[in-house]
Amino acid sequence: MSWQAGKQEVDCKVDLARRGVLRGLGAGAVLGAMPAWARGRSLHGGGAIRAGFDEVSGPVIDLAVGAGMRLVQGRRGHGVAVNGSVPGPLIRLREGQDVRLNVTNHLDEDTSIHWHGLLVPFQFDGVPGVSFPGIKPHQTFTYEFPVRQSGTYWYHSHSGLQEQTGHYGPLVIEPKGGEPVRTDRDYVLLLSEFTPLHPHFIMQRLRTGEHYFSRQRPSWTDKYPMSGAERRMWAQMRMSPTDIADVSAPTYTYLANGRGPKEGMEYLFTPGETVRLRLINGGAMTYFNVRIPGLAMTVIAADGQNVRPVEVDELQIAVGETYDVLVEPRGAEAYAIVCESMDRSGLALAMLASRPGARAAVPALRDPPLLTMADMGMNHGAGDSGHGGMDHGAMDHGAMNHGGMNHGEGGAARPEASHSMAGMSMRDTSLLPPDVAIGPGIDMVSMAPVDKQGDPGLGLRDAGHRVLNYRMLSALEPNADTREPSRLLELHLTGNMERYMWSFDGRMFDAVSDVPIRFAWNERVRVKLVNDTMMAHPIHLHGMFFELVNGQPPAHQPRKNIVTVQPGASATFDLTANEPGDWAFHCHLLYHMHGGMMQIVTVMGPEDRP
Amino acid sequence: MRRRVMRSLALLGSALAAAPVAAQDHSDHAQHAPAPVPAPSPDPGHGAMDHSSDQSGDADVSPGPTMETPPPPEAGSGPPRAADAIWGAETMAAERHREHAAHGDFPVLWVQADRLEARMQDGADGFLWDVQGYYGGPTSRLWFKSEGEGTFGEEVEEAEVQVLWARAIDPYWDLQVGLRQDFSGPATTHAVIGVQGLAPYDFDVDAALFVSHRGDVTARIEAEIDQRITQRLILQPRAELSVSAQDIPGLGIGAGLDRAELGVRLRYEIVREFAPYIGVERSWRFGGSAGYARAAGEAPHATSVVAGVRFWF
Repeated sequence: MSWQAGKQEVDCKVDLARRGVLRGLGAGAVLGAMPAWARGRSLHGGGAIRAGFDEVSGPVIDLAVGAGMRLVQGRRGHGVAVNGSVPGPLIRLREGQDVRLNVTNHLDEDTSIHWHGLLVPFQFDGVPGVSFPGIKPHQTFTYEFPVRQSGTYWYHSHSGLQEQTGHYGPLVIEPKGGEPVRTDRDYVLLLSEFTPLHPHFIMQRLRTGEHYFSRQRPSWTDKYPMSGAERRMWAQMRMSPTDIADVSAPTYTYLANGRGPKEGMEYLFTPGETVRLRLINGGAMTYFNVRIPGLAMTVIAADGQNVRPVEVDELQIAVGETYDVLVEPRGAEAYAIVCESMDRSGLALAMLASRPGARAAVPALRDPPLLTMADMGMNHGAGDSGHGGMDHGAMDHGAMNHGGMNHGEGGAARPEASHSMAGMSMRDTSLLPPDVAIGPGIDMVSMAPVDKQGDPGLGLRDAGHRVLNYRMLSALEPNADTREPSRLLELHLTGNMERYMWSFDGRMFDAVSDVPIRFAWNERVRVKLVNDTMMAHPIHLHGMFFELVNGQPPAHQPRKNIVTVQPGASATFDLTANEPGDWAFHCHLLYHMHGGMMQIVTVMGPEDRP
Repeated sequence: MRRRVMRSLALLGSALAAAPVAAQDHSDHAQHAPAPVPAPSPDPGHGAMDHSSDQSGDADVSPGPTMETPPPPEAGSGPPRAADAIWGAETMAAERHREHAAHGDFPVLWVQADRLEARMQDGADGFLWDVQGYYGGPTSRLWFKSEGEGTFGEEVEEAEVQVLWARAIDPYWDLQVGLRQDFSGPATTHAVIGVQGLAPYDFDVDAALFVSHRGDVTARIEAEIDQRITQRLILQPRAELSVSAQDIPGLGIGAGLDRAELGVRLRYEIVREFAPYIGVERSWRFGGSAGYARAAGEAPHATSVVAGVRFWF
């Protein structure tokens, strides 16, 4: 199997000077000569950050983090990049090798690299203040660990808001015995966003200017299929049915391997070939809906872990997730890989092209989705309420009975309007367990949260074709630990949209950074996440895989490191706590994490057993 | 059409069967007989439907506890300090402090001129400002407010500044306490207690009770709401009501309902932060206050056409 860079990558391949830098465990105080691209910040040429990426591999890999200017479809912005490109270089590793990654910081501020999804000693996980002190300006830090896995992963900064500005890249590990799937082409498609705005400005606006970035809010002249009663009900609740994405286009230009939709990202194929696309969502805030009109996609891996192949027409990829899919383009000379943002404000675009320059038609953006009462955890009323066909209907039944809100099966097809809000509190804090801190940081409590791992995601519930959901994922290789969990840990995802506060169990990270979530060595725990907000949250655990409790038998519960908890719903995973140390655990929406939705998971080591 | 993909997948299956899977095993039972791989279900409805009854359905397949219980003693206690042993406690402490504070309760600055306008009314054209802002985190803030108005070419008729400390008492409401200083007429200082926030139906409300250093008690409530006509064109009805517990002749205020204002402004957000507007506002003075106004040769009621800008940063 051969690795192939997309055409655009070849065009802009630049050999980076590999300087010998002092290596050694810890922060070597080395001041390498600053690379040219990181030196200047001139708007006239110097210091430009390239789009697309090179490839690095081997036992020793040098990475340089620097600042520069980015230019995307005519818009300029400040960027932080690894080795001068956004995304940073593709890091190729082999399972079983030892790797040493020397990361030199050319910024005037601290930086870090977190290896997303990799099993590493905790001190090399790359989270400042949790796993290590960060990489100081003009210093080199050496990460050193054995590569214990294979699959599609990525890496990114965990310092400040650098991830938004370009500090991320793909990481692919070849399995020990070679790739078991024979494919003719193997491509990385890393999705992300570009904005000319400084991320601190975005954070300030999220805190102060409500809905600052949305240009899709309900208005007198919108075309949303909502009745006057529904509109009044949303206003009465002080919530908005268009709160799908906190930051979106036109603030963001969505990127495929660093390129805007007009910048011609292209993957070549010969008709009849099997193409593997390694999809990585390296965005800061954007869920993408990925489809290739005219082609089915066979999902073979999720978050780097092989799954039983499942064929779909579309999938939603959460921030931080990776999916490997196989496609077999043949009939047409080109196919569009369409990656709409979940709120349908824009798209990232790439082409599968049978010859350079071949282009397929790009379908127009579909109508923006709206939140429904079900997204507030009001799961009464089955049937066709515009969110999910049969499977959801069934789930909602279950919830209805749980919650004691029996409005009758097959009742009104539009629960949101007909059942209105009479007598219902959207913030009944008595529904919360006692360990949740009730306060201004919680603006909603899900009334009857049900597991919605069968939900394909906002906007895709009636897409009209096959869409991936978590229940369709089944681990290909059986899980090592299939013990029944010895205890349940329930965590509530809480928030306040107006104040832009986000938290676990009502406490923002700054309040609980010394009160970690603790696991005993090798403890098997079932973790239930309950989403008491109206937004989908991609929750990420560092250092370990967990297995989604998604209806598969324990041996085949899919291993993941990100789980999306749908609005007003729950999701559950099992975890074997066998990686000692302190690990970050957070919402992978960058501004939610900085808004407080983060915790530390502490796993005791075997030596800590009494 | 799928033949090729399926062939690849068959290869995948056989490769996995042949070689022990070296995936992510950190435990001792790394070697597993490959489980039979059922044919992938191409129909998403299937997988979903089978398990979709609710979570208890999953629990049957993958049994586990359903009640939350505390961690065992083996989970340890105390703050997370694993990194101290590797990088040094001092090094980590500084970084920890900095990093943790950045996730959650960090301060921001916000300043808004909600109304900055010229007012055209019979006889005397005037001006008005209504500015507020805060510095602080999401639940604890220092507020600044200033309002005033006057007639062009004359002295400022009314001007006040408030400095308030605010604490969130609810997801949508802040309690505010502080001081108000009036800079027109006889200098007056008030103690202030009020609430400010978002009421159901998205009304922005600011209500406060004032006790002056002379012991006079007054109160004021303002409410406004944004009605989006388009994403940029916004109609903002606004109402304000003032009451007084007593006659305050020095300030021309009568006991009871003192004054009311009702206005509507239409703004266009060139950018979110900057929106010129036009509008019309009607004001009334009542009871004793109306009497004081007449005595001063002013009309107790007035209608103004206003034009101004709303901006914030």
